[in-house]
Amino acid sequence: MSKKITIEPVTRVEGHGKVTIQIDDFGNVTDSRLHIVEFRGFERFVQGRPYWEAPVLVQRLCGICPVSHHIAAAKALDVIVGAGTGHGLTAVGEKMRRLMHYGQFFQSHVLHFFHLSSPDFLFGIDGDPALRNIIGVIQENRDLAVQGVMMRKYGQEVIFHTAGKKIHGTGAIPGGINKNLSLEEKEILLNGADPMNADKMVEWSLGALEFFKGYHAHNKDMVDTFAAYPSNHLSMVREDGAFDIYHGVLRAVDNDGKRILDDVDYQDYDKYIEEEVRSWSYMKFPYLKHLGKEKGWYRVGPLSRLNTCDFIPTPLAQKEFELFKAYTNGKPNGMTLHYHWARLIEVLHSAEMIRELLNDSDLQNDDLVVTGEKCKKGVGVIEAPRGTLFHHYEVDDDDRITLANLIVSTTNNNQPMNTAVNLTAKAFMNGKAEITEPMMNAVEVAIRAYDPCLSCATHALGQMPLEMTIVNKNNVILDRKTK
Amino acid sequence: MSDTCKFKIDGKEIIAKKGQTILEAAKENGVFIPTLCNFTGVKPKGSCRICSVKINDRFMTSCTTPVAAGMEVESNTEEISDLRKSIIELLFVSGNHFCPSCEKSGNCELQALGYRYQMMVPRFPYSFDKKNVVATGPKLLKDQDRCIKCQRCMKTIKDDEGKRYYAFKNRGRDLEVVMDEEMSKTITDELAKEAMENCPVGSIIYKGVGFSEPIGTRKYDKQPIGSLIETN
Ligand code: FES
Repeated sequence: MSKKITIEPVTRVEGHGKVTIQIDDFGNVTDSRLHIVEFRGFERFVQGRPYWEAPVLVQRLCGICPVSHHIAAAKALDVIVGAGTGHGLTAVGEKMRRLMHYGQFFQSHVLHFFHLSSPDFLFGIDGDPALRNIIGVIQENRDLAVQGVMMRKYGQEVIFHTAGKKIHGTGAIPGGINKNLSLEEKEILLNGADPMNADKMVEWSLGALEFFKGYHAHNKDMVDTFAAYPSNHLSMVREDGAFDIYHGVLRAVDNDGKRILDDVDYQDYDKYIEEEVRSWSYMKFPYLKHLGKEKGWYRVGPLSRLNTCDFIPTPLAQKEFELFKAYTNGKPNGMTLHYHWARLIEVLHSAEMIRELLNDSDLQNDDLVVTGEKCKKGVGVIEAPRGTLFHHYEVDDDDRITLANLIVSTTNNNQPMNTAVNLTAKAFMNGKAEITEPMMNAVEVAIRAYDPCLSCATHALGQMPLEMTIVNKNNVILDRKTK
Repeated sequence: MSDTCKFKIDGKEIIAKKGQTILEAAKENGVFIPTLCNFTGVKPKGSCRICSVKINDRFMTSCTTPVAAGMEVESNTEEISDLRKSIIELLFVSGNHFCPSCEKSGNCELQALGYRYQMMVPRFPYSFDKKNVVATGPKLLKDQDRCIKCQRCMKTIKDDEGKRYYAFKNRGRDLEVVMDEEMSKTITDELAKEAMENCPVGSIIYKGVGFSEPIGTRKYDKQPIGSLIETN
C-alpha cells in the first residue's frame, strides 16, 4: 500500500543546528560535525514549471534573503530569454536590480550584526545568557539597538520600492524589471525625514564600524585567534577586480593570495566546482575540481569577498578596506571573527551605493525589459549577503524547467563552518566530557560568524537552536544538551 | 402590469426586473454574491455552486434562479458563508494552487474569494492527484493543477466558425479541460490573451510573460473582490 507524506509548513522552516563532537579515551576531541538537518527540495519543485515562475518561486527558500534568490534566478533567466548576462539589460533594469540588491545586503547584514552578533560583543562569549540577546543590547546600549532597528527598516524600504514588497517581491523578471523608481519614491529614500535617509545610513554605518573596531582594539587576542585558520576564498568580482555583488567573474585565492581560479565566466561554473555528498548531512560540500576534495574547499561571504577583490569602488568603504588589508599586510585574512569586520565594511559600501544609485536619473527610465534569441541554459550568480550564490536552470522547447541546480551561500561555507566548529571544540572542550553553556555559545559564535541561514531564518533573537552531543570513539553518547 | 418586482436579500429590499436571476438583481442593487463558473454572456449552468443562497430553507444557485416577487433570500449568513468557504477550500485541495508563484496572483478570482472568506487552512485533506502542465502550444499553457473546470474557456473561446478551442476529456475523477492541440497552434494573440483573462484562476496562462505587472498593483490588490459592487 502506498503512503502519502505531507510536509507541513512547520517542518520545512525548522532549521536547527546539530553538532556532534567525538572524544577519545583521554577526552581529546578527535572529530566534530555540524549536521544540517533541513531538507528543502526546491530544485525538484521547480521542475516542469514555466521558467518565469522561478524567480518568485525559488525565493521562498528564505525569509531573510529572498532578494538574493530572486535576483540570481532572474539573472539566469536573462540568459534564457536572450538578454545576455549581467550588462545585457537596460540601464534602468540593471540599476533597479542593483538598488534592490544593495537594500537587501544592507538590511540582512544589519540584522546579523545588530540583532544576532552584537550581544556577544557587548556581553562576551561567556556573558550571562539572560542578557546576551537583543533585549540585553537595548538595555545596555540603547542607541546601538535603535540604530540597528532603523537601519534594517531602511533596507526593507529600499526593497519595498524596488521589488514591490518587503519580502518575496516580484521586481526582477526575466530580461529586466517590472517597475522603475518614481521621483516620489526616490525622494522618500534619498531625503526621508531623519533618520530614514541615505546620508544618515552612511553615517550610522560608519558608527557601527567604529563600534566594532573599538571592541577589536580591546579584545585583540580573542578576535584574532578565535577559530582562525588558513583557507581558500572564493567570490565574484567585477571584471576589473573591483568589489561587486551583482555581476562579474569568479575568482578564488589561496591562503597566500595566489589566484587559484582566475576570473572565469560563471556560465561555466560546473567546469570548476564540484559538490561532494556526505552521508551525515543534507548539505553538500562544494570544492574546486582541479584541487580536489581535500585542498579545493573554500570560504565565501564578507571575509572572502574582501580577500579576493582588489578595491571597493566607493570612497569611504575603500578607506576602511585599506585599513582591513593593512592589518594582514595585504595577505588574505583567515580570522573567523573578522567576518564581522568585513561585513560592516560591506554595510558601509551598500549605504554609499544606495545613495549613489538614488542620485542616478537612469532609475526613472521606462525601458524596463529586453529580450532576444532564446536559449536553453542559463546560470545566474550573485554575491548574496552570506556569500556566492549559484542558480542554474535548463528549459525545454515548451518553456518548462527541466533542470535546476542551486548552490547556496551556506552550502559553500559548509566545510569552513565544520572547520571552525572543530577548532572551537578543540580549544574549549579538550579534556572535558561535559557540555557547559559557554562551550555551547563558543560553538555558536563560531557558526554564527558565517551567518548561516539556519540561524537567522529561524530565530531572530540571537538564540540559535543548537543541539550538541559528545560521543566516545564507539559513538556512545556521553552528554547531550540543547538550547 | 409593471415589469419590475420586489424581493429581499438578507432583509434588504431589492428591486428587480422580471426574468432576471437573483444574482443579476443582487449585483444591480449593490449586493455581492460570489461566482466562479458564471460568466457574462454565457448561459448559467449552476455548476460551481459558490453562488448558493437559501430560499425557503432550501439552497439554490442564485445564478440560475429567477427572481420572484416577495421572495426572502438569505445570502450573507454565517451558514452560507461557511458553505461558500468550504467550496473554496475543496477547490484548493483538489488542485495545487500555489499562489506565490502564480502569474494570476492578484487577478485570480479563486484567490480573491479565499481572502474574502478568510480561508486560512483547508479543512479537507489534499487530494494530491498527479496533474500535468500542458505547454506544447506556442501561446498558451494549461496548468491542470489549477483548473477548477468552470467551463468558461470552453464556452467563450471559439474560432470564427464557432469551433471550441477547449473541451472536456475523460470522465469522473479523471475529467480534464484540454485545449485542442492542432487549434492551439494557430490561435491569435488576441484570443489567447482573452482565454487567460476569462479563466478565473491561473490555469490558462499566456506564455513567456511573467510578473510584468507588479504584485500589489493588480486588480484585487487594489479592489478586493466584490467591493466595486458593494460601493455602487
Ligand atoms: S456561479 Fe452560480 S453555480 Fe457557479
